[in-house]
Amino acid sequence: MTEPLIYEISASGRIGVNLPQCDVPESELPSELMRDELALPEVSELQVVRHFTRLSQRNFGIDTTFYPLGSCTMKYNPRLNEDVARYDGFAKLHPLTDEAGAQGALALMYQLQTWLAELSGFSRVSLMPAAGAHGELAGILMIRKYHADRGDTKRTKILVPNSAHGTNPATVTMAGFEAVELPSDENGDVDLEALRAACDDTVAGMMITVPSTLGVFEDQILEVIEAVHACGGLMYMDGANMNALMGIVKPGELGFDVMHYNLHKTFSTPHGGGGPGSGAVGVNEKLLPYLPGPIVDIVEAPQAEEAAPLYGWVMPEKSIGRVKAFHGNFGMHIRAYAYIRAYGGEGLKAVSEHAVLNANYIRVKLHEAYHVPYDRICAHEFVLEGRFKGVDEVHALDISKRLIDYGFHPPTNYFPLIVHEALMIEPTETEDKVTLDAFIDAMLHIAKEAHENPELLRSAPHEAPVSRVDEVRAAKQLVLCCQPALPQAETD
Amino acid sequence: MGYLPHTDAEREEMLSAIGVKSMADLFEAVPASHRFPSLNMPEPLSEMEVAAELQALSEANEHAGDFALFRGAGAYHHFVPSIVNHIIQRGEFLTAYTPYQPEVSQGTLQAIFEYQSMMCALLGLDAANASHYDGATSLAEAVTMALSVTKGKRKKIILSHAIHPQYREVVRTYHQGRDVRIVGDGGRADIADLVDMLDENTAMLAVQYPNFFGQIDDLRGLAEKVHAVGALFVIVTNPMALGLFKSPGELGADIAVGEGQPLGISLGFGGPYLGFFATRQKYVRKIAGRIIGETVDADGHRAFVMTLRPREQDIRRDKATSNICTNQGLMALAAAVYLSAMGKNGLRKVAELNYHKAHYTADEIDKLNGFEVVRDKPFFNEFIVRCPVPVEQVNAHLIEQGIIGGYDLGQDYAHLQDHMLVCVTETNSRAEIDAFVSALAELQK
Amino acid sequence: MGKWKTPDDLKYTESDEWIRVEGDTATIGITDYAQTQLNDIVYVELPDVGDTFDKDGVFGSIESVKAAADLHLPVGGEVVAVNDGLEDDPEVINADPYGNGWIIKIKIADASELDSLMDAAAYAKLCEERD
Repeated sequence: MTEPLIYEISASGRIGVNLPQCDVPESELPSELMRDELALPEVSELQVVRHFTRLSQRNFGIDTTFYPLGSCTMKYNPRLNEDVARYDGFAKLHPLTDEAGAQGALALMYQLQTWLAELSGFSRVSLMPAAGAHGELAGILMIRKYHADRGDTKRTKILVPNSAHGTNPATVTMAGFEAVELPSDENGDVDLEALRAACDDTVAGMMITVPSTLGVFEDQILEVIEAVHACGGLMYMDGANMNALMGIVKPGELGFDVMHYNLHKTFSTPHGGGGPGSGAVGVNEKLLPYLPGPIVDIVEAPQAEEAAPLYGWVMPEKSIGRVKAFHGNFGMHIRAYAYIRAYGGEGLKAVSEHAVLNANYIRVKLHEAYHVPYDRICAHEFVLEGRFKGVDEVHALDISKRLIDYGFHPPTNYFPLIVHEALMIEPTETEDKVTLDAFIDAMLHIAKEAHENPELLRSAPHEAPVSRVDEVRAAKQLVLCCQPALPQAETD
Repeated sequence: MGYLPHTDAEREEMLSAIGVKSMADLFEAVPASHRFPSLNMPEPLSEMEVAAELQALSEANEHAGDFALFRGAGAYHHFVPSIVNHIIQRGEFLTAYTPYQPEVSQGTLQAIFEYQSMMCALLGLDAANASHYDGATSLAEAVTMALSVTKGKRKKIILSHAIHPQYREVVRTYHQGRDVRIVGDGGRADIADLVDMLDENTAMLAVQYPNFFGQIDDLRGLAEKVHAVGALFVIVTNPMALGLFKSPGELGADIAVGEGQPLGISLGFGGPYLGFFATRQKYVRKIAGRIIGETVDADGHRAFVMTLRPREQDIRRDKATSNICTNQGLMALAAAVYLSAMGKNGLRKVAELNYHKAHYTADEIDKLNGFEVVRDKPFFNEFIVRCPVPVEQVNAHLIEQGIIGGYDLGQDYAHLQDHMLVCVTETNSRAEIDAFVSALAELQK
Repeated sequence: MGKWKTPDDLKYTESDEWIRVEGDTATIGITDYAQTQLNDIVYVELPDVGDTFDKDGVFGSIESVKAAADLHLPVGGEVVAVNDGLEDDPEVINADPYGNGWIIKIKIADASELDSLMDAAAYAKLCEERD
């Protein structure tokens, strides 16, 4: 069953919202500047509610389904956080309110900056970036400006392991550097010899994910950091996997110079079907003056002992500048604040411990039926191969689609690129053992089906709102909107 | 504690299945010298306590629930129909990820396809993407696209000074590592002056419509001049104004970008908002970010899927059109619900209310001695007022009376000291407007 | 004969382009091996006639649903023709990579650059090795 498009249930003259009468005298409209037509749908309020509610039922979400999507940290999104983010004092607060009138919001942001810095051992955090990739751009631009300010202009390269998220090399190019790809060794860690050979005075820095995208702690991470620092480069940590690190290790103490946090992963702000997120960046003393701003600081100490200080906006001295209008995705800051407050420090450590516990539990239950390359104690996620000896026609994608029939969202497919037919599984800490056991059972069943009836996998899913989607057709016959033909531009 | 479901017995069972004795054993690969640091963090709170603390923080702000708000400057207090927040809090939308698996993401995919369709209608262009972080980053991505369309051979970007100052800052931040010159916005150059700057090295020219001062420039004929030198014409726009005024497509724009916040998204102290981005069909492969396309499933039924994927970072890595790998999905959904509910008639009606109320307010302010509305161009829901005293002083006076006054333009424009940018929307009642004007009257000279 | 067609009258690059020389001009496309690796081709980005590129220069790109590859010029030269038919019908490269699926024609700048290219036997061996 398909749901019609909103345009297909439109009828001329229908209205979905009651609007007030105009209570002031009307002014003349400048007719030569007015548009003639506006092709929006015309539907009733109930039609809108029913349409979008039905659409929602054609989705999997954490609320309905276990969602072990590696690298994405699909943990429970507390509903309290949705409520507090909608309090009038936040939701109806104008971003250009004078500092004196926004002390509650500024206090919240200041506190969140401080907690995030403490959790990962950095000096200061900027909450400006709106997503992980946005934080990466800010981080690499800071590295660029740091070297430029020292007159060190021959540094044109950033090292990136071949296991990296695609955002890393894409960020490097955006920031005006050349990405140099490093090979991995037989353990899936950075090849130290290749790294040392690549380190010279043209290297501006290195981007690396910890724990690695294979879901393991690289036990040689200190040597990696030292090698890059020794040649004058700075270390960027991709914080996508921070859910394994809280209370376990502080990246700043390991020697990283800058990293981004994904508030939408580690700190449970909902993914919303692909955003909004928040990609705060933390730095050590070296990069402190370069943070994207403005950031919140105390601009006047408290007048009396119990009184609050005065918070205000400060632009760091040599800032790379503004990466976004206003102050970042403040709504995500509120949710992350509430999340940290609910757990406290010890609780956040327990979050990371249980995330790692859950991942290892699934790993040991599956590593006989599936090949797990780099099979050792993993962090909060691990990668297995979605293929079977003697059953060439079954691919990772088929296993993924078959999982849908069992009521589970598929793991991440085909990443990292250094594992063949990769399936990356990240259960997160909020899943209970009963759910994990059910998922394990489904995976074991599917492994059996792959040998006995591969076609069952190849033609899956059988129980989803739609069967396999034709992506080739979508790319060839581009249909990107359902609008009737548009009036031609006057200037064409 | 918090949201962890494990019982002690389950934890023991799981540890033993893994073959370790304790949680600590799971972390032996972490360098021992840095393992298990101390954390100077607060104690946990219960749900009730968290709510109370955040309530107190929220109440320490001066907001549009308690104050009459006459400030815009890129963020607007509009009425949001109840259904918007109900729909976007449906768990199946709220707690889903990027729709990589189309068979279990048809809800998100179709909703975003409908968002793209309605934005195309509003903007008068052929193809919209699934959105960027906000209006400012959308403009920065338009620059990237213009450089790419002109194959890296052109290095000059012309921006009008009447584009939001923060947007221009963001463009400069994004492109500081690239060989590109951003010009045009240093002084008070008007559109005719910008046209004089066009040359064979120009990749794009961008203007804002209505501009940062709320004014509607007559852009007819400008596109031909930009196209004559082979550059792209970019319009930064306010979607609410497009309920009334000619679309960027009709005005010949190659790219339209802007802030979608007026379409059903609350002020929220500046985010999350919605950066919309639309262009002409011939440029779709140069767009950064997610795009949803229509197709069919194996049984021939209509279905939706992310398309044009090879532009993106996970496939093309260092050669991708951008590093972006999300959109503002839930905010795009909010805009889709808003535009559906408002529809063709509702959006025009709201835009008219904004226009009439802003003009009524301007007329009343013009009657005051010492205040003068700048009227050299038509305006939508914002306008410039020259004040007899510094704007800071005006606003300090207004806040005493429960009114948040306009934006102080002197902060960004040296020639606009003592000039206030006043915004009036459908949410401002006549009583509020009259109180605002009366309060200003007390400052007459 | 291997798994993939490698006509004897062509020269080949390590990045899987072929070149057919006819006097001082040449026709260029991607190999049978390359089109198999990419699978369903959905788009080809073409240069403009008159553009010039050095040997190994990127003159365009080719996309399938889930992969993309740059196109490298086997020898330096000026583009004298592009296959406009690919705009609406890129899958012709899958069907006929050495015929109707040609991509551009160039005027060769320096014929000596042809010497560094592989012949059919060497290229066929390279394909086998990578399989």
